[in-house]
Amino acid sequence: MEVAAGGGCGTGPPLLLSDSEQQCYSELFARCAGAASGGPGPGPPEGTRVAPGTATAAAGPVADLFRASQLPPETLHQITELCGAKRVGYFGPTQFYVALKLIAAAQSGLPVRTESIKCELPLPRFGMSKSDGEIRFGNPAELHGKKVQIPYLPTEKNSHKRMDDEDKQESQSPTMSPLASPPSSPPHYQRVSLSHGYSKLRSSTEQMHPAPYETRQPIGQPEGSSSEGPGAKPLRRQASLIRSFSVERELQDNNSNYPDEPWRITEEQREYYVNQFRSLQPDPSSFISGSVAKNFFTKSKLSIPELSYIWELSDADCDGALTLPEFCAAFHLIVARKNGYPLPEGLPPTLQPEYLQAAFPKSKWECAIFDSYSESMPANQQPCDLNRMEKTSAKDMADFPVPTQDVTTGDDKQALKSTVNEPLPKDVAEDTAANSGLLHAPPALPPRPCPTQSEPVSEADLHPQLNRAPSQAAESSPAKKDAIHAQPPSKPIRRKFRSENQTTENQEPAAAVGGAASAAMVKPHPTVQKQSSKQKKAIQTAIRKNKEANAVLARLNSELQQQLKEVHQERIALENQLEQLRPVTVL
Amino acid sequence: MAVCIAVIAKENYPLYIRSTPTENELKFHYMVHTSLDVVDEKISAMGKALVDQRELYLGLLYPTEDYKVYGYVTNSKVKFVMVVDSSNTALRDNEIRSMFRKLHNSYTDVMCNPFYNPGDRIQSRAFENMVTSMMIQVC
Repeated sequence: MEVAAGGGCGTGPPLLLSDSEQQCYSELFARCAGAASGGPGPGPPEGTRVAPGTATAAAGPVADLFRASQLPPETLHQITELCGAKRVGYFGPTQFYVALKLIAAAQSGLPVRTESIKCELPLPRFGMSKSDGEIRFGNPAELHGKKVQIPYLPTEKNSHKRMDDEDKQESQSPTMSPLASPPSSPPHYQRVSLSHGYSKLRSSTEQMHPAPYETRQPIGQPEGSSSEGPGAKPLRRQASLIRSFSVERELQDNNSNYPDEPWRITEEQREYYVNQFRSLQPDPSSFISGSVAKNFFTKSKLSIPELSYIWELSDADCDGALTLPEFCAAFHLIVARKNGYPLPEGLPPTLQPEYLQAAFPKSKWECAIFDSYSESMPANQQPCDLNRMEKTSAKDMADFPVPTQDVTTGDDKQALKSTVNEPLPKDVAEDTAANSGLLHAPPALPPRPCPTQSEPVSEADLHPQLNRAPSQAAESSPAKKDAIHAQPPSKPIRRKFRSENQTTENQEPAAAVGGAASAAMVKPHPTVQKQSSKQKKAIQTAIRKNKEANAVLARLNSELQQQLKEVHQERIALENQLEQLRPVTVL
Repeated sequence: MAVCIAVIAKENYPLYIRSTPTENELKFHYMVHTSLDVVDEKISAMGKALVDQRELYLGLLYPTEDYKVYGYVTNSKVKFVMVVDSSNTALRDNEIRSMFRKLHNSYTDVMCNPFYNPGDRIQSRAFENMVTSMMIQVC
């Protein structure tokens, strides 16, 4: 039976197709054609013969199909040339059928010639011969693999390995034609998105390619469309291979299937990004400042111009700060870049902030955030939170485990500087209850998002002092108070109370610090911070800082005093000598 | 419209300079350089007391027979200099002002990028695109 449409396009030899071949080819053609132009209606193609000549198969799906046949590329090129697609510039039905026949021939081991197609050939085989189950098995494996990939060290080797594994299981996946350079990465992203089902239709359309080309009875539209839900099961994904369904979706996506794939953020990646955001900025609805983000992204070891460009792309409102969706977009771009993707010219639509916000409902973020918060407490946030814990439970800090001495010494100078530079706290402390009446004047400081290392030190230092020397507290508090107020104007005032401070400070130089630090370690859990507790913490911070400053100055003072004494003595000695010598010189 | 656009830093070195690739680009560079003197003159002429009232747009700096040079200074003494073809008579003052405003906005966006160190050459693609749009529009 000849191909009816042969006349329409045909410059090729007349094709002789058996019934099964005819059916198979027409369905494949319909798929390819439908994928490209949305031609035939969404009805199941069961037994429908696509009216040939009304549609052409697009190069993309056809290329995938050919690759799925697992023939070497040279053979495929030959086939393409022979079938006439290159000549006419498109895959019409004739060309397509000829190509399929040639593929069958090649797979049977016959040389790729036009003569080969004249004989009886088996149906061409296209890669995906495994069952659904194996696909299912394949995907969770990649899932785990992908988890490894997400952090900043994209191990290309891993991705290659994965690629090999996946290749065995599935057909050669369609590589992103525009972004073909790293062949391992695109399937990666595809697979991840597949297994997560976030990219609903994305996953459905992509999954279509590895395993579509077997003559498969369409299962029906509803199943396909139901794969929209997140966590789509593999079965549904298979169902969604229905060309019609994919046609609709692809239409909607405006031919941006392949190029978009790496720019979609999967669930897993999203959670990771949110966690990282949380580590930089506790409030998910607020934003990260430019400098913080800069430090963070610089760790990715991309070049500065690239980071600059990524920032340009992701900071949509150009305000010098990143909100959560902007941050996720930037992070995703960095990850993509590290995986070898060239940076896009413009922000891909899937990375736009509105899109990201719409795609991921806020509640999800917050849930993820709260979950992640207890788990992942990066070091820089830990002292911050732990200190807050300290402050809130000030009264309970009677039991200090053995201290560690490392932190104190070097940080004193730092603490001094930080204290000196600190602006005087503004609002008056209303809650005197916090520190058992220690705080009268010192106003509250706004808590810093990322306190330096010295802060916990100084706070820890001051804290035990507060508790261990309650008797002296009353004395030292006025001292502190005066010290605080007098800090900018002059130093002498502090010297007045030097002896007291010195004694108190010298008593627990290192002991308190380590104790507090390790005590703090004991209480890692975050609590809800109330306004009063915030003020308490601020006040206590200020107190500790000032005390430490006092300590340093007192030490300095004592040293200078000693030097002064020595100099005095020298002077006396010299004067004596002068006296002795004078009668001589006068003469 | 513009034949050459330059962004000069406070210390009078160029942060960004771009001209339409005609025969003698160096000529434009020279014109921009000489226009800096005029800019400084205009700024100093205002006097310190009038700094707040000083308008950012300086207007026509000097005309040559083929070209006209316009200037604009920001409050941080970053100067924008634009060389326009004299034959383009349709270009009105308002249009020049709006072009400078766009330049200023793009420059601010570049500044907002934390990876941009003030004093570096401007390499932002968004900025380049904006300048391209200004240069290619009509000519």
